[in-house]
Amino acid sequence: MEIFGIPHQAFLGQLLLGLVNGAFYAMLSLGLAVIFGLLDIVNFAHGALYMLGAFAAWIMLDKFGVNYWFALILAPLVVGVLGVVIERVFLKRLYGLDPLYGLLLTFGLSLIFEGIFRELFGVSGQSYPVPELLSGATNLGFMVLPNYRAWVVVVSLVVCIGTWYLIERTRLGAYLRAGTENAKLVQAFGVNVPLMVMLTYGAGAGLAALAGVLAAPIIQVNPLMGSNLIIVVFAVVVIGGMGSIMGSILTGLGLGIIEGLTRVFYPEASSIVVFVIMVIVLMIRPAGLFGKEA
Amino acid sequence: MTTELLRIEDLHAWYGESHILHGVNLTVHEGEVVTLLGRNGAGRTTTMRAIVGLTGKRKGSIRINGTETIKLAPHKVAHLGVGYCPEERGIFASLTAEENLMLPPTLAPGGMSVDEIYAMFPNLKERASSPGTRLSGGEQQMLAVARILRTGARLLLLDEISEGLAPVIVQKLGEMILSLKAKGYTIVLVEQNFRFAAPLADRFYVMEHGMIVKQFAQNELTQNMGMLQEYLGV
Repeated sequence: MEIFGIPHQAFLGQLLLGLVNGAFYAMLSLGLAVIFGLLDIVNFAHGALYMLGAFAAWIMLDKFGVNYWFALILAPLVVGVLGVVIERVFLKRLYGLDPLYGLLLTFGLSLIFEGIFRELFGVSGQSYPVPELLSGATNLGFMVLPNYRAWVVVVSLVVCIGTWYLIERTRLGAYLRAGTENAKLVQAFGVNVPLMVMLTYGAGAGLAALAGVLAAPIIQVNPLMGSNLIIVVFAVVVIGGMGSIMGSILTGLGLGIIEGLTRVFYPEASSIVVFVIMVIVLMIRPAGLFGKEA
Repeated sequence: MTTELLRIEDLHAWYGESHILHGVNLTVHEGEVVTLLGRNGAGRTTTMRAIVGLTGKRKGSIRINGTETIKLAPHKVAHLGVGYCPEERGIFASLTAEENLMLPPTLAPGGMSVDEIYAMFPNLKERASSPGTRLSGGEQQMLAVARILRTGARLLLLDEISEGLAPVIVQKLGEMILSLKAKGYTIVLVEQNFRFAAPLADRFYVMEHGMIVKQFAQNELTQNMGMLQEYLGV
């Protein structure tokens, strides 16, 4: 069977790969959007935090025998705490300044983290085994579905929708949304905004680390894995627009799929298709697809 | 003998480099309605913002119910029972009317229930699920006041609540202030609209160049009209 002249196995395979990549784009751009909204900081360290999540899982397994399932909880917690420390020690001093300072600072931090891990582990990459429970593949009849990749897509969707629900439908989320609009007034109402900002950055860092743990069994865990991904994720954020949580999720998944399909029909363009779309979107709708026009 | 709920002494406040308040002194007793009068730029709004901690640097003393707050973070000031309604209303666009209403955390027991608030402002109930900034100007003003009544705050700082509203709504706001006063709330008003503020307040402070220049009580209003004309042009 063929779809548009392409063997359907190859077609569906690339579609799945696109969906998996899209899941990572969605989780990372979501964290970036939340952090930018409340802190006004373009968190260039997001890729490094993702890398740290993957390394945390690998180190836990390699040095301490902590398995995948515990790492899935512990690595985001550890990186989340690191995020809290980063916010308290560095970012706190930048509030009220031009957002450029935050971008430069987080960019510097990501270079430092990458440098440290290159020094410690080299750039060749460490492999992380797929957990036994999720190894193998399921034959769906029309395609063979690798279990772990299906798991990644499901977890990421649950996390994204959970985050969306938390922000758009709960009281805590109302504080976050209001804080994004006018943090000082929210604080004058009696909400401990500095604490909320600190925890938001920690949660964003934890979310990036969770994506890193999920990615560990699929790709080689290496110090540059974050910077390879983060440029595409920033393009996703620009295309989706900074204003919307659901926008980040849908844009991330959508662009992953478009990338996958491009790999099927015109492989030469697959690594630039996201950027081509970014240019077009910026020309037509500078605030992004889901962003609010300023 | 009434207790002092708010006592401000020699308050200086800055926005960045600009020195706005130059030694403000004022006192508000529990259950009183006090109005700050003055021209635009006299420092009335800055005084309100300095009380809740929304200016830049502050110096001097602000005691709320006896607690010195000059060094407190804004959220801790609020928890002393202060409800602030900013001049620009501060309704959040990304929250529904009801989410706006429920946003400020409860500060003390004894706040109005949501049912009581909806009884007082029926429009807000009808518009509960509309985005906050889709409400009309009058509805947004009601919302901005209603949401601090829910919190149990007993000291209300209301900045220009009558500004830009139709006379019928201004009249309704006036009735609301009187009914809050009857319930024992302490209210500080900043008002441009002298006709609105005049019958409501127990005492008046007149501000000029970041300082209090005059103060008088409700029963001294008529003999002070000449002075007010000079200061306010009313």
